[in-house]
Amino acid sequence: MCRRIFSTCGVAAVRIVSGKMVLSFYLFTQQSLPACKPVLTPGWVIAIFLFMGVIFIPVGLVTLRASHCVIIHSMVVEIVDRYDIDCVPEPSRMDKVSYIQDDSIPKNCSRFMKVHKYMKAPIYIYYQLDNYYQNHRRYVKSRSDKQLLDGQKYHDTSSCQPVESNNNRPIVPCGLIAWSLFNDTFEFIREGAELKVNRKNIAWKSDRGHKFGKNVYPFNFQNGTLIGGGKLNPEIPLSDQEDLIVWMRTSALPSFRKLYGRIEKDLDVDDVVVVNLMNNYNTYSFGGKKKLVLSTSSWLGGKNDFLGHACVFVGCSSLTLAIIFMLLHVKYRRPYGDMSFLPWNRKSFSG
Amino acid sequence: MVAESSRKRKGKIRWSKLYSFAACFRPLTSKDRLAARELIGQPGFSRVVFCNEPHLHKRKPYKYPYNYISTTKYNVLTFLPRALFEQFRRVANFYFLLAAIFSLFSLAPFSRASLIAPLVFVVGISMLKEAVEDWHRFLQDLDVNNRTVKTHISNGVFVDKLWKELRVGDVVKVNKGEYFPSDLLLLSSGNEDGVCYVETMNLDGETNLKIKRCLEASLCLNEDEEFSKFKATVHCEDPNPNLYTFVGNIEFEKESYPLSPSQLLLRDSKLRNTDYIYGVVIFSGHDTKAVRNSTRSPSKRSRIERKMDHIIYILFSMLVLVSLVSSFGSLLYLRQDMVDWWYLQLPDDNKVNDLDDSNSEKYDDRFFNPSKPVQSAGLQFIRALILYGYLIPISLYVSIEVVKVLQTMLINKDIELYDDVTCKSVQARTSNLNEELGQVEMILSDKTGTLTCNQMEFRKCSIAGVSYGGDITEVDLAASMRMNADFEPFEFSIDETDGATRSFEPFEFSVSSFSAQNWNARLTKTEGPVIKGFNFRDDRLTNKNWIHGSNLFDITMFFRVMALCHTGIPLEDDNHKTDKLSYEAESPEEVSFLIASQEFGFQFCRRTQSLMVLKEFDLSSMKEVEREYKLLNLLEFSSSRKRMSVIVSNEDGQIFLLCKGADSIIFERLADNGRAYEQATTMHLSSYAEDGLRTLAFAYRTIEAAEYESWNTIFTQAKATIGPEREELLEQASETIEKDLILLGVVAVEDKLQKGVPECIDKLAQAGLKIWLLTGDKRETAINIGFACSLLRQDMKQFHLSLSRDAESNNQVKDMKEDILQQIESSYKMVCEERNKEAPFGLVIDGKALEIALRGDVKDEFLQLAVNCASVICCRVSPKQKALITRLVKQYTGKTTLAIGDGANDVGMIQEADIGVGISGMEGMQAVMASDFSLPQFRFLERLLIVHGHWCYQRLSKMVLYFVYKNVAFGLTLFYYELYTSFSGEVLYDDWYMTMFNVMLTSLPVIALGVLEQDVSSDICLQFPALYQQGPRNVHFSWSRIIGWILNGVVSSLVIFLANIYILSPTAMRENGFVADIDSLGATTYTCIIWTVNCQIALITSHFTWIQHLSIWGSILLWYIFLLVYGALPPNFSGNAFQVLVEGIGPAPLYWMITVLVVVVSLLPYFIHIVIQRSYFPMDDHIIQEMEQCYKKYDVRDNEMWVREQRNSQRSTRIGFSARVDAKILSFNQQLQQKKLSIYRSVTNSPIYRSITTSPFS
Repeated sequence: MCRRIFSTCGVAAVRIVSGKMVLSFYLFTQQSLPACKPVLTPGWVIAIFLFMGVIFIPVGLVTLRASHCVIIHSMVVEIVDRYDIDCVPEPSRMDKVSYIQDDSIPKNCSRFMKVHKYMKAPIYIYYQLDNYYQNHRRYVKSRSDKQLLDGQKYHDTSSCQPVESNNNRPIVPCGLIAWSLFNDTFEFIREGAELKVNRKNIAWKSDRGHKFGKNVYPFNFQNGTLIGGGKLNPEIPLSDQEDLIVWMRTSALPSFRKLYGRIEKDLDVDDVVVVNLMNNYNTYSFGGKKKLVLSTSSWLGGKNDFLGHACVFVGCSSLTLAIIFMLLHVKYRRPYGDMSFLPWNRKSFSG
Repeated sequence: MVAESSRKRKGKIRWSKLYSFAACFRPLTSKDRLAARELIGQPGFSRVVFCNEPHLHKRKPYKYPYNYISTTKYNVLTFLPRALFEQFRRVANFYFLLAAIFSLFSLAPFSRASLIAPLVFVVGISMLKEAVEDWHRFLQDLDVNNRTVKTHISNGVFVDKLWKELRVGDVVKVNKGEYFPSDLLLLSSGNEDGVCYVETMNLDGETNLKIKRCLEASLCLNEDEEFSKFKATVHCEDPNPNLYTFVGNIEFEKESYPLSPSQLLLRDSKLRNTDYIYGVVIFSGHDTKAVRNSTRSPSKRSRIERKMDHIIYILFSMLVLVSLVSSFGSLLYLRQDMVDWWYLQLPDDNKVNDLDDSNSEKYDDRFFNPSKPVQSAGLQFIRALILYGYLIPISLYVSIEVVKVLQTMLINKDIELYDDVTCKSVQARTSNLNEELGQVEMILSDKTGTLTCNQMEFRKCSIAGVSYGGDITEVDLAASMRMNADFEPFEFSIDETDGATRSFEPFEFSVSSFSAQNWNARLTKTEGPVIKGFNFRDDRLTNKNWIHGSNLFDITMFFRVMALCHTGIPLEDDNHKTDKLSYEAESPEEVSFLIASQEFGFQFCRRTQSLMVLKEFDLSSMKEVEREYKLLNLLEFSSSRKRMSVIVSNEDGQIFLLCKGADSIIFERLADNGRAYEQATTMHLSSYAEDGLRTLAFAYRTIEAAEYESWNTIFTQAKATIGPEREELLEQASETIEKDLILLGVVAVEDKLQKGVPECIDKLAQAGLKIWLLTGDKRETAINIGFACSLLRQDMKQFHLSLSRDAESNNQVKDMKEDILQQIESSYKMVCEERNKEAPFGLVIDGKALEIALRGDVKDEFLQLAVNCASVICCRVSPKQKALITRLVKQYTGKTTLAIGDGANDVGMIQEADIGVGISGMEGMQAVMASDFSLPQFRFLERLLIVHGHWCYQRLSKMVLYFVYKNVAFGLTLFYYELYTSFSGEVLYDDWYMTMFNVMLTSLPVIALGVLEQDVSSDICLQFPALYQQGPRNVHFSWSRIIGWILNGVVSSLVIFLANIYILSPTAMRENGFVADIDSLGATTYTCIIWTVNCQIALITSHFTWIQHLSIWGSILLWYIFLLVYGALPPNFSGNAFQVLVEGIGPAPLYWMITVLVVVVSLLPYFIHIVIQRSYFPMDDHIIQEMEQCYKKYDVRDNEMWVREQRNSQRSTRIGFSARVDAKILSFNQQLQQKKLSIYRSVTNSPIYRSITTSPFS
């Protein structure tokens, strides 16, 4: 019935006979819904490129200012100190692996870090590991989120292979990630006084609140023959073991930083910070590097120029393109909608 | 012995007698018949049918199938295995099946659900579609199977029985107008002589009725009661697909009679002109010849889809390549570095050797087993194959299916493609070929029922040298309008040859009325009621005005020929409101003559065996009188004689021979005193032929009684002759009497074209399509239609390929081949010589010549010639040849062909062509059933191809390319990440992100693009048919484009991945010092991908309705919503993605800035590409889009420039209406010039002018 109305009287009838829904459905089936048909004209092209230039260059500059020191008032200061080689005593440097595995040798070591620029609190302390594949599939999968939340109540730890149990008793927290917990420790001393390091709130709040159980205590951890990384205090529930929580957020790339703590005092230019560290963690067997990083942060996070450079580059290219197209448009202007460009009007067309 | 030979002779005599009545079938020669008799009982001829005893056929060995017919592909049991098999024949599906199986053995990097669910979804949807299509087939079968027919049960009682319940041996009664339920043996008919008429249009497309005749022995069985005791046994051939043969005999009342095809009524043909027949079911269900003849329609795939397979192969090789790289890299790491990574607790190479067996067996991580690195690498390879599976777009197939179904729906719903008359609209019967519609290069068209309505209209006649019904034709009209548009209005008139002066009013038309509708409206404007088959307007003849004319005798004779020289019969009308009769005859031409003569006052009212009664207008009494004419002889029409005559005597005893026939035949038989009108008539003939009208010449002679008597004896003798020489004798006899004729005039009937056919052909020609006409009709008719459809015109050089008489008579294949080859070569030479000139060529070839021309060694030459001709007309071709031509053309040219037809004779062609189109307006359904698209009218082909085809083509190609892009862009980021994880197979993204990618986050915009994208609107498509050429030239789906899109994907993935890892690592990403872990990086990268691919599709789209906006921007929004919801789920479920947006990346300005930057940069290469292309190398659609934009500001129709440009854009075509108009304009101009000249001359030559010029006063 409807069809007949449509076919005889077309749109007009529909408009009268029925409501908006039917009309728009009719328009849909006839493929004549109102549509916007943008056509890329030279004017638009130039405008778009100009716009991009105008947006990206300032954004890039602002970004650079936030992270980089070249611009006058830099915001982010970063001090990086690689200590993995220097902290091994000279005689042991030939065989660093046996040095690090020898528990009888004390592993303390002192480093001096000179502040070359004023650092405003909070100053974030990171340890950086290079060539450490925390994103290896075997490694990443070797954990049990349910066990972290429920502790020993959760029995199925098969996902934690190969570190799931020891002496037929389950390990809490199980898995390779926890087992290989980073265990270097750092103490910071400025001008003879200890710089207090705040090691709270270094992990995600949701991780502490919902992923790591408040009543789950480490159990049977690092009791086996093979001891990987750090040990955990069995008195403290997992939700408060922030080192572990940070460590268990596996990094995406083989070179990564992890937050160690915050110094909540400003550091002045030419301050020298003495770092007393325990060089426990074995990166020597696989040639990994260990670095200690002190860094302030801006609204954009740490010191990273890539974004700023990219923005400026894109902005400049856009401006250049805008100019090129403008020149081309002036010189070789193609009349808009010119029929002579249609193939059947060109002579070469053969049909 | 004696008895048997006498019986044989008896049989022979009976046969000959039969033949004298029905000339339709060549009788079996006695030799053939003997052979047939010997065949019975041999293998292949073993069928036994017990007539009227169907119960005997319930048990072996005479068990034959019921009359049930099934055309479905699957049944309930076979559906699952077969449909699954069909699905997994697709490479991609099979790959995903393997991936799903591997996932069961924990080999896969993803969870099982995320691998199996999409596969089940994709395969499920495809299978659902198959099931629905098959269900429709089943319903159609049900409809046919549940028709009823009167069937004899016992004691002469006939009851309605369903077709499917019929059994071999059943006696059925079929009434007039009904279809035969199965192959029947004709026992008797409602006519006394046991004759019945059958329409076989559904079987072979021939429109004339066929005569079938029962055996004399069974003639008496014409009452229901007779069948209570009827019993007979038929021995005949086994079921076979041969429509024209039937061998068998019937044992009836202890005598055996031979059977022939003329007793066999085939399923799918229809009873006409006969009240009822009785028949016995011989073949039922799938044994019937019609069903055996039908081939299952092949599943067709479009070019784009075939090319898509190649793309899939490319992607597969990419997949295998990156997987190899991955597994090789993993092997290297495993052998060299990985054992040193103590944090992985891999067993040390050396230690493993020391470990006892139990320990090494316990070691279960097979992917990283340093003791078996090669095995591990192998496993890694398999894992990588699955991991990078995102390179293969799994949802591509399902998206395409969805899009195509929606496209189909939109095509079906198009109001412009709805026919008010038949209340039918276009039906896309398969959704596979939508985009193929946009790539058609060649149309092979049937004639009857497709281009023409199979309805003859009496249009013009020329009586005694005066042309009547001379109306201006469409071409004249259009030409004058075009001239008017080009030049200043110029008034002139053409003296019509009949003396009546008609001025050309159309010159007053303005440009605005330059449209097909207008011509039609003007042309079909009729005064008074429309009479079917009679489209003649001339006041001098109608309403009996002819009595005031001169040459009254010739005019009356002319009408008498029209009313008497035919084989038709009047039908009794049920309602006697009017005194007009309707007629039925073997050909529609004759019907139109009868109707016309009735209109002129010569009503043919009755016919008996030897008498014809006319209601004539008597001139002397000025009253209508009934006159009886005694029918003395009827010299039948045959294709070789090309004429037909009747010899009648009127009430005064005068004997006339009334003759009608092809003009050439009649003209050579005229008496010297009968050529009075020859010259004028010839002129009219040529003008009629130019308009595509079919002409027949009428002539008569009076015969002296004595001459008749002597001739009649010869003729009767000839008729009584038995044997092959009979025909020759008859022809000779006819020859002697059909001479010294007196020409009366010619009639022109129009094989009425369907509405809008010439305009449609014109548009299609402008779109660059080639149109071939394949018809089973005779050459003259085909050429007429060629003219009417503007496929041929007078200034076209025509080649006629046909067998010369010598070659044909020799019947030597070699001779015929040489003959044809010679013709082809000479024609081709001419084509080559004149190619530079504008003159187009037309090729006309008939069936016999075609049969030779299509043989192996000649066909290449033939096709070469044919392809070079602007139009090709093949006449007298059999259904098989139609299919063969289609296949050869398809193979030889490699172009996409579309075959369109309406009858069962076109089924082969429809199935063979890339796209088969059936005309659904007619009664027969075979063509529609076999077709991919069904149209109610031929003219809809224009919109179907030029609008929908074009749209679907560019939609689908855009969609597929985008799909490839999107999956490459996404899949490669997975691979790049592998490089940073020591090829361990870790995935950057959460499983659920990955699953969502193809299913939710990027699917809707693609579907919206595939369904709603329009490069230009439908009006503009129709105004610029040349835009269609994009499809055949395949500009949107060329290899360069495909490679370009793959590269674009590679670039995008690189930009996205590198920007993310360099910006986010290793420093903090937020002010509070947090660094990005694997999940933050994953979510950020994924956000960039979602933005990029969705913005990319926004760049591709050129037609934004709210649906596109909603789907594109909605998809992006959906991603954030998903991330929010997923992050809010308890960590047990969401894992590390817990609160990732809210707590991790969301608060970081860096995250949002990365998104903006990455999207802009990754789209930049494509953007620059399209800017350059649009600005400096624009494509057709770009320019037309610009024009559309430009002129939108003004009113499109009023803009003079628009009209001019549009006209310019019409390619100068070689065929079609426009081309004809062009030619006509040329000739008009010449006429004008001449006329001016002659006026000038006449003025200058006139004495007044002279006197003026020479007068001393000036």
